[in-house]
Amino acid sequence: MCNYQRREQIAVNSDWAVEASGLVKTFGTNRAVDGVDLKVPTGSIYGVLGPNGAGKTTTIRMLATLLRADEGSARIFGYDVAKDAQIVRQLIGVTGQYASVDESLSATENLVIFSRLLGLGRLEAKRKAADLLEEFGLTEAAKRPLKNFSGGMRRRLDLAASLIAQPPLIFLDEPTTGLDPRTRNQMWETIRRLVKEGSTVLLTTQYLQEADELADRIAVIDHGRVVAEGTVNELKASVGTSSLYLGIKNLQDILAARQIVERVLNVGSSASTEAGKIIAPMADAVRVTDLLIALRGAGIQLAELSVQKPTLDEVFLTITGHGVQDDASKASDESEKEGVVRG
Amino acid sequence: MKSTSITPVADRQLRNKTSFSQTVSNSLTMAYRGLLKIRRTPEQLFDVTLQPIIFTLMFTYIFGGAISGNVQNYLPVIIPGILVQTVITTSIVTGVQLREDMDKGVFDRFKSLPIARIAPLSGALLADTIRYTIATVLTFTMGYIMGYRPDGGLGHVAIAGLLVIVCAWSISWIFAFFGVIARTASSVQGISMIVLFPLTFLSNAFVPAETLPNWLQWFVKINPISHLVTAVRDLSNSGTIGWDLTISLIGAAIIVAIFAPLTVRAYMRRT
Repeated sequence: MCNYQRREQIAVNSDWAVEASGLVKTFGTNRAVDGVDLKVPTGSIYGVLGPNGAGKTTTIRMLATLLRADEGSARIFGYDVAKDAQIVRQLIGVTGQYASVDESLSATENLVIFSRLLGLGRLEAKRKAADLLEEFGLTEAAKRPLKNFSGGMRRRLDLAASLIAQPPLIFLDEPTTGLDPRTRNQMWETIRRLVKEGSTVLLTTQYLQEADELADRIAVIDHGRVVAEGTVNELKASVGTSSLYLGIKNLQDILAARQIVERVLNVGSSASTEAGKIIAPMADAVRVTDLLIALRGAGIQLAELSVQKPTLDEVFLTITGHGVQDDASKASDESEKEGVVRG
Repeated sequence: MKSTSITPVADRQLRNKTSFSQTVSNSLTMAYRGLLKIRRTPEQLFDVTLQPIIFTLMFTYIFGGAISGNVQNYLPVIIPGILVQTVITTSIVTGVQLREDMDKGVFDRFKSLPIARIAPLSGALLADTIRYTIATVLTFTMGYIMGYRPDGGLGHVAIAGLLVIVCAWSISWIFAFFGVIARTASSVQGISMIVLFPLTFLSNAFVPAETLPNWLQWFVKINPISHLVTAVRDLSNSGTIGWDLTISLIGAAIIVAIFAPLTVRAYMRRT
């Protein structure tokens, strides 16, 4: 049995960067992580999406050998995080939610020390540090103590430190929380580039937009459990079909227009009279042509026509039964404040 | 911008064990980090620079007349005593700083790196020997300024200093253990002081053991600190190496043998 498993692990070595099953972590009476299963394909960006306190960070810490799981098991490229911890550490880079760099040292000193710890020689370490600083646009700040670094610079340095050993798997715990939009976009670019170079990235986020933008696959996590998993499109589709939005030019036409919509599309619709908008679920895209022809025949003029896929917001609401909006917006408020103080 | 591709997992040489040489090199790197930190925040060194100066002055002039008749005769007694007391008190800081350090995010990174688990601990402890060295040199220098002329000669004084540094390093493992298991830095300070005060004061560091009541003499004579103080006195005042030196080193070795594994285990468990 054991042998068989072992062989199977090696066989799947290259397919799955992360395989976790039934991970549980309890803090006191709080089951922070309550049976999480994750499968991250090699070479992809995988997003773990959830509100504050959903168990994202705890999950990452268990996968990164920083925390021992109470139950369940996890393998990184086929290596068990508990038994082969030291091997796993050679394959991962971890960038924590709070910058895991040395505040009292300079950027260069930080990177040199991490490089030396990873077995680089004195000169090699210096060169590596200089290269990474240049790559992340930190050369000018290289000698300054980190105390004077902005939040964005700290994050970049943190990520640079995770990349010294060029690990095939990178954990990013809320990499853009508290960053301004420009810095956030830079971070996104960097993440995409890493994957292009062959890394696998597992990132957590509480921003739906970020998961939408970056991740190939997403796991939605809530109260320590994975409540949904799939590609962004699959998740959106699971909520329902796209909606058709029609803006009517003359408000008095709206009733007639609704009738036509309901007759042609054979669905119920809703309308907001003040805005002159009709919203109808769009099950069959081909029928929209018929609808437009019918509307023109009836002499009803359209101001606007759009099709909207369900947003991840709606996905989240449908799956978890509660909104992520409050938590997320609160958190972004906080991080904005933080940014101002730090800035 | 360079575009380097990542080595696939299958092509990597992976080992689940840390070799001894890697452990040593990791510890040295961590010690280097400790030294850099001291250089960045020199105010960390206030205690090791001021304490030897103030304590040596204070104790010598307060107790000198009462214990040895005059200050000059007291110096050979008090300088080794105050040296041991100061340097060992300094080693408390190791535990306190370790606690503060472990609460910072950077320790997460150390834990996620494929380095020897013990390195962040041993490195911090190693770097702190620089503090003990500063305290040792300053205490002897203060003594010299006040008129202390050790008969053992410079060589033996250096050996005595080295002995104190080695013992302080060993004892710092105790405080490192407190540092790892305690919740806050100030509680480390608190616990450590409670342990250290009786140990340093109930010894022959400041007064001859013969002047104490019998029951107390019993403790003072088995107190390892007394043996260390005696060893330092023998070395610096007469240049002799006695049984006390052996006992001190054995005691130091026992402390390391007990507390190093305990500390490392507690450190690994605490995440």
